[in-house]
Amino acid sequence: MSRNGLLIDYEYCTGCHSCEVACKKELNLPVGKWGIKLAEVGPMQVSPDRWQMDYVPIPTEFCNLCEERVAKGEAPACVHHCLGKAMEYGPVEELAAKMAAKGKKMVLFVP
Amino acid sequence: MSTAKKPWTWEEDGYTVTRTCAWSPPGCHPVGCGLKLYVKDNRLVKVEGDPDHPISQGRLCIRCLSLPEYVHHPQRIIYPMKRVGERGENKWQRISWDEAWDIIVDKVQDIKAKYGPESIVVYGGTGRQACLYYYPLGFAALGTPNVCYPLSGWSCYGPRCAITQYVFGTGYPEIDFAGYYPDRYDHPGWKLPECIIVWGKDPLKSNPDGLFGHALVDMMKRGTKLIVVDPRLTWLASRAEYWLQVRPGTDAALALGMLHVIINEGLYDKDFVENWCAGFDDLKQRVQDYPPEKVEEITWVPKEKIVEAARFFARSKPASITWGLAVDENPNGVQVGHAILSLAAITGNIDVPGGITIGPPAALLGKWRVETRLELTEELWNKRIGAEEYPALANALATTHPDVTLDVLETGKPYPLKMAWFNSTNLISPTCSTAPDRWYRALKNMEFAVATDTFMTPTAMAFADIFLPLSTFAEHDGIVVTHFGRNTIFIGAINKALQVGECKSDVEICLELGKRLNPKAWPWNDVKEFFTDQLKPELGITFDDLKEEVVHQIPYQYKKYETGQLRPDGEPGFMTMSGKIELYSTLFEMWGDDPLPYFEEPPYSPYSTPELAKEYPFILTTGARMWGMFHSEHRQIRTIREIHAEPIVEIHPDTAVQLGIKEGDWVYIENMYGKCKQKAKLTVGIHPKVVHAQHGWWFPEKQADEPGLFGVWEANVNLLAPHKHIGKLGFGAPLKSLICKVYKAEA
Repeated sequence: MSRNGLLIDYEYCTGCHSCEVACKKELNLPVGKWGIKLAEVGPMQVSPDRWQMDYVPIPTEFCNLCEERVAKGEAPACVHHCLGKAMEYGPVEELAAKMAAKGKKMVLFVP
Repeated sequence: MSTAKKPWTWEEDGYTVTRTCAWSPPGCHPVGCGLKLYVKDNRLVKVEGDPDHPISQGRLCIRCLSLPEYVHHPQRIIYPMKRVGERGENKWQRISWDEAWDIIVDKVQDIKAKYGPESIVVYGGTGRQACLYYYPLGFAALGTPNVCYPLSGWSCYGPRCAITQYVFGTGYPEIDFAGYYPDRYDHPGWKLPECIIVWGKDPLKSNPDGLFGHALVDMMKRGTKLIVVDPRLTWLASRAEYWLQVRPGTDAALALGMLHVIINEGLYDKDFVENWCAGFDDLKQRVQDYPPEKVEEITWVPKEKIVEAARFFARSKPASITWGLAVDENPNGVQVGHAILSLAAITGNIDVPGGITIGPPAALLGKWRVETRLELTEELWNKRIGAEEYPALANALATTHPDVTLDVLETGKPYPLKMAWFNSTNLISPTCSTAPDRWYRALKNMEFAVATDTFMTPTAMAFADIFLPLSTFAEHDGIVVTHFGRNTIFIGAINKALQVGECKSDVEICLELGKRLNPKAWPWNDVKEFFTDQLKPELGITFDDLKEEVVHQIPYQYKKYETGQLRPDGEPGFMTMSGKIELYSTLFEMWGDDPLPYFEEPPYSPYSTPELAKEYPFILTTGARMWGMFHSEHRQIRTIREIHAEPIVEIHPDTAVQLGIKEGDWVYIENMYGKCKQKAKLTVGIHPKVVHAQHGWWFPEKQADEPGLFGVWEANVNLLAPHKHIGKLGFGAPLKSLICKVYKAEA
């Protein structure tokens, strides 16, 4: 059976923290613990007219890919609430194909 | 997504689920994002984004996601209280609503008899539902002409509304993000904006006044390109075609420079200018004073970028502009706004699909709140503070003039002010006033003061005799009107899901007090009757209809200027003096300002005050929003404080090296008016000569009573902002273009 994962389009992750808080509420995690956590790159100047300022949410060891929600036919809490609609859940093969099709600023996690 | 109509409430796994739309308290402007509230045993257990909401589509920000923490927070005040110690001593006693009303009614009648009704002032805050209700509370319940938005120069949203009313004769101009249509971006009559200018605004974080910020991201994915005007590298700026890193406060010069390029290169919409704009030749002459070379010197934006961005914008069809608080927080802001509206108009982007939409100047509750002033006699209305001195402000906004209000408080002239009603405003925290220390001293002298809020705040602690507990949007029935009726993209139902303590909504408070003091203006038996009366005439629906519908969208009519829908007389054109868009403003001229946009240096800057700038070498800009905090709200929410732990001042790393400041150091930010302490964050996303300090900070975890007042003076950047340094027409304080020095503090 195929494994499921989380595909992040970090061209459109705005760093809004919604995944962090939605997850924390779903898993009822205390202060200092997160099921998914943002990493930040930049801002840095890449060329006179280009800047890099990217965010990537990284699932932690608490992440269970929202087994309960998924069993009920819902999306994982992070995916559901992502303001930039930059996250997707599904079988890794399907996500990898989407990743290749877009071809830039994508990352696939299998937590 | 299923197309079957969803009910507004149902039972699920032992929870009662309620669909609703959000509007602060807590958390936001009237954007009305969709939530499903899960309640069990009268506790809000969890919140889920409503996938059937056409705008937010299931998405939520961290303010709504942490709503249960806010609703059931142990520090929330959930019963009426009266002060039993000295003011500011933090000694309170729980009382009943009846006792609270008895005390208030007695005091109000006594003060009105002794000093006149004008001695009462209602102070309102920013963005909450209360914005619709504090005018009627003053006019139709308390009976005073004086309701006050206390921020110097009315520097939030009001100026943009007033400028648009005078130049376009319409309500608020918003990006057409297809919010009016259930099928949104797939709607057949809608077009994708090819280019959007995001001017002095960070809508992803601020979701301002009716714009769901991430709609920009939706449109970027579909191909929209951005021009971002901002002194700071925002996320949107990092992905823009052009980031114009403007020197704070010089936006008018930049807009005039772009107009120079578009007009001189003939890139404007000649038909639209000919048929629907007045004063083009005058504007053409004016922009000759702003060639790109000169604009570069003023704004620090390279001239090549100004030229390229102007061309890119003018050639994009359709194109749109969203303008932000940087227009309001600038004494030169009327001219900034006028120039930006001119850019939108001469390129033919007004009231077209994918361009800029415009609503009526007042509608729905926005209309009612202003019309309640008819409860007052002409004689009393004419006592409204500052109306005579600043007619341009007084005409568009039914409030006092904020700066004149402080003058009257301090001098007692022309009449003394004796009672204050703080309606959802925490004005001495760095949000809704400049020179908050002066407001603090002046407001300490009230004979009687009432505060309404959800938590004890520094403002309520310092001044209030009676505290009335407000319900959050999860706890009451209500409606969300985007842009306060000045551009109603949709109407959202606020559906009550639970009751906490004895909290009441703004409408309930107005009704109960109104019935006691002036019953003829408050004929409704309950809030449902009230809302039905507001909705029925314009939309033909009752409040119960809206409750079930949750979101009521209103299809948009484009090019209303061609069909006579912008004027009450049904003639084509705009509702202005000339019947056209006024590139040359006859009203500004009548009120003693220049009829055309112009640039003026900020009152304090390296160029206007070079001597002072030797001591205070940096430009201080303030007020950029955070993800998790709505102005002074949310400081006590644990999850939010995990993300925004402390007040942050942004400094360029090169500057920090010169100052001996490292990442995370506490630093003082100081100028001739005051100082405050914030934590340094080093970033290359800000100009080396500019620092940005956060607003809104106070510390619910610190000492509550005087003199601490929850640490309200510690990180209070508004202490550095002066009183009454405003534009000729009365608008705009320089909160985004001050000067300061920065130095390392003790830990």
